[in-house]
Amino acid sequence: MSSVFIAFQATEESRPIVEAILADNPSAVTVENPGMVKINAESSLTIKRRSVEERLGRRFDLQEIHLHLITISGHLDEDDEQLTLAWKN
Amino acid sequence: MQIDLKTINIKPLRQTFDHLAARFGDKPASRYQEGTYDLQQTYLFHYRPTWDPDREVFDERRTALRMRDWYELKDPRQFYYGTYTITRAKQQDTADGAFEFAVDGGLIEALPKAARSLVLEVLLPIRHLEWGANMNNTFISAYGYGTAIEAACMYAAMDRLGIAQQVTRIGLAVGGEEALTVAKDAWLAGAQWQPMRKLVEDTFVLKDWFELFVAQNLVLDALVYEFLYTHVDALAAASGSSFFGLVTKFMKDWHLETSRWVDAVVKAAVVESAENKALVSGWVSKHSAPSVAAVEALAGPVFGTGATAVVDALQRKLAGRLTMVGV
Amino acid sequence: MDMKTEKKLSLKERYRHLTRGLGWDTTYQPMKDVFPFDTYEGITIHDWDKWEDPFRLTMDAYWKYQAEKERKLYAILDAFNQSHGHLNVTDARYLSAIKLFFSAIPLLEYMAHRGFSIAGRQFRGVGPRVACQMQSLDEIRHAQTQIHTASNYNKYYNGMHAFVHQMPRMWYMSVPKSFFDDAITAGPFEWMIAIGFSFEYVLTNLLFVPFMSGAAFNGDLGTMTFGFSAQSDEARHMTLGLECIKFMLEQDPANLPIVQKWIDKWTWRGSRVLALVAMMMDYMLPKRVMSWKEAWEIYFEQNGGALFKDLERYGIKVPDCAAQATEEKEHISHQLFAALYQWNFGTSLHTWIPNPDELDWLSAKYPNTFDRYYRPRWELWADMAEQGKRHLNVGLAQLCQVCQYPMIFTEPGNPSKLCHRELDYKGEKYHFCSDHCQHIFENEAEKYVQAWLPMPQLFQGTCGGGSVEGWMKWVNLVPGVDNMDFEGSQDQKNFALWKGMASSNG
Repeated sequence: MSSVFIAFQATEESRPIVEAILADNPSAVTVENPGMVKINAESSLTIKRRSVEERLGRRFDLQEIHLHLITISGHLDEDDEQLTLAWKN
Repeated sequence: MQIDLKTINIKPLRQTFDHLAARFGDKPASRYQEGTYDLQQTYLFHYRPTWDPDREVFDERRTALRMRDWYELKDPRQFYYGTYTITRAKQQDTADGAFEFAVDGGLIEALPKAARSLVLEVLLPIRHLEWGANMNNTFISAYGYGTAIEAACMYAAMDRLGIAQQVTRIGLAVGGEEALTVAKDAWLAGAQWQPMRKLVEDTFVLKDWFELFVAQNLVLDALVYEFLYTHVDALAAASGSSFFGLVTKFMKDWHLETSRWVDAVVKAAVVESAENKALVSGWVSKHSAPSVAAVEALAGPVFGTGATAVVDALQRKLAGRLTMVGV
Repeated sequence: MDMKTEKKLSLKERYRHLTRGLGWDTTYQPMKDVFPFDTYEGITIHDWDKWEDPFRLTMDAYWKYQAEKERKLYAILDAFNQSHGHLNVTDARYLSAIKLFFSAIPLLEYMAHRGFSIAGRQFRGVGPRVACQMQSLDEIRHAQTQIHTASNYNKYYNGMHAFVHQMPRMWYMSVPKSFFDDAITAGPFEWMIAIGFSFEYVLTNLLFVPFMSGAAFNGDLGTMTFGFSAQSDEARHMTLGLECIKFMLEQDPANLPIVQKWIDKWTWRGSRVLALVAMMMDYMLPKRVMSWKEAWEIYFEQNGGALFKDLERYGIKVPDCAAQATEEKEHISHQLFAALYQWNFGTSLHTWIPNPDELDWLSAKYPNTFDRYYRPRWELWADMAEQGKRHLNVGLAQLCQVCQYPMIFTEPGNPSKLCHRELDYKGEKYHFCSDHCQHIFENEAEKYVQAWLPMPQLFQGTCGGGSVEGWMKWVNLVPGVDNMDFEGSQDQKNFALWKGMASSNG
């Protein structure tokens, strides 16, 4: 299976998002690069709004990730509750 | 990574880039200037467009207008992307607050029948008119000459989408999805909307981008915005509800701000030469009559016997504006 | 806007009403006149409604999030400028990297902006138009924020002052310029494959991620800030590019060969342009993040590999050129920096010979090639420079008709032999750096014969009269200031002086 990835700016604000991803995706691992946090996962990766909210302590709109996102790999699907990256092979 | 605030005095080698120094002298340029002047290449292109093989990628001949310096069509608001988005975000925030206030305050449920009709039958189909304006301003950004005018038109195009989306949300809140369907049917087949729809579709096939600018951003918008956000607004208020005015304040303010830009651009074009003045005046004449007729068709059902007075007022307002810009 | 009625609608349904619900099929004017350019390329679309909107951003959210990004970015830029943050750069040789970046990229972003405005008007489907318009807006954001970042560097360092004048005139700028001219003169579907897919999806990470990490590593807070801020826009662009190719391939099987041909062409043209980035990464970053070879392996071989595996179900094949581009990962950076070194009289940035530690890093990162093919040449040139015989190639290079690089690249399988192909076409002889560039020419000869090639033009006297001195005036290159070795340059002297001032009294 091909891997997907998502990368965020390494800031305080992106930390809860990264933590939520790592908690919800068993195959997810982080790769440190200067200034950014890259998360690789096998075949798919999901960001759950509620999961981020729990860690953030306030209401969270998934579209807020636009403030922190650097780049992605994989087909993207989003709705109000979650955002998924996956390859369809 | 720490930033030490050092108080060293280093003398710059130069104050700005060569192309800006050539225009304004060796002094620091504003962010608007840096982000606008001369970004569009003019000197040479490697290939001819397959979509327009007799012209270059960017080509002055795509309009009959002639300017020695296309950057005379600069934006008095000095919008570059940063100031543009920050300004709009603030305006949107205010609009969101007003909308929430209206919804939470029960203004929708309390809408008098007359005001509700105005929202659903007169305002809501405008979302398609706004979409047409988005298409037209995108056209100018695609084929216009010089960063000054085309970038500002791209901002304007996105503004029209934003307004179309606000109108859509208003419609959804007042009448649900069904209201959108009814409004679209009216746009497509309702008698009072056909002159307007035809006019808009006719603009879609204009080839001269400055003519399009005049037709859409000056003539049509002047009439439609005044019609909706002064006259229809007043009618809605007279029925006893502040809802219409509250949820369309964004549009009113936007039009006031944007008109400054439109007027400055037209003025600069007209002042340039007698030929330009004649050209622009000709375009204004050509597009005024059908635009007035299209608004008249909308005004009839809304204002009844008062429609003539409204249309007269609109024409006078437009005439005043045209005099001011030198057309 | 949180509205009670809206909450019943899903994100997808809501977004539909807020975008494609706005459009209609025209009747007073025929659709083919309203949209005259979305069929001539031979791409067949049966149902525009099948378009899946990537990242469903409405304008209120766009303005809100982008404004937030802009506020942050300019706050950092202002602080950076006020505090002379440029002095935190690790080593002033790094400036050659940003000179290359800021002289080329802003005006290319601008071209991307215009190309997306065109696509944003000409596609019949509302969904793709909205996505393209947002990208058009993002691209002018990038152009402007880059120029704003470069602005401060331009005040204190050389080589960037004439970037507007040089884009259509400077010989190495015709490489990326011809790339974007090629894309924008194509139709909207090819534009999307060229830029939206090949550049923004397949290759974008190779441009931005290592380079922005490089900026971070080398103390360039300004560029890093711009870079990471811009990259979040890139994520939206990537999803648009991917959706575009999926949509085209799902709409009609007849689209497959057209799309495949475009992918083949643009992956090659794109990888050629990226040789400039490869060189920058391996040679111009005093503190290196990773080698070009490593970046290529992660972002093209692995990531690109996953992508092409995914597209197999449509019948898409990995482009033919991928093999050569992959073999070249161990060569092009060395070949290109050597080229700029030898033609340094004609570049608006400084070059140098890598120091012994850097040569060792290159040996370690390129165990198959560096010590055998490239180290000996650097060591020879270092000796020559020491003896006062700094190597300069005062001849003018023959250029490839398509990618417009000088003929510096070598035969696949034989790095000791320059690769040169030629073809007679309608009574003229055309030259190419590779089979792939030649194939691109053969497929669209009438297009590529139009190209304006800097070196032949110089010989024809159209670039300031035919002499190198005349050319320098014509191109606004200031000799002894913008060009030649970093050692002894004004940039080197000033940086050391100012940095000294910043850390001492007196």
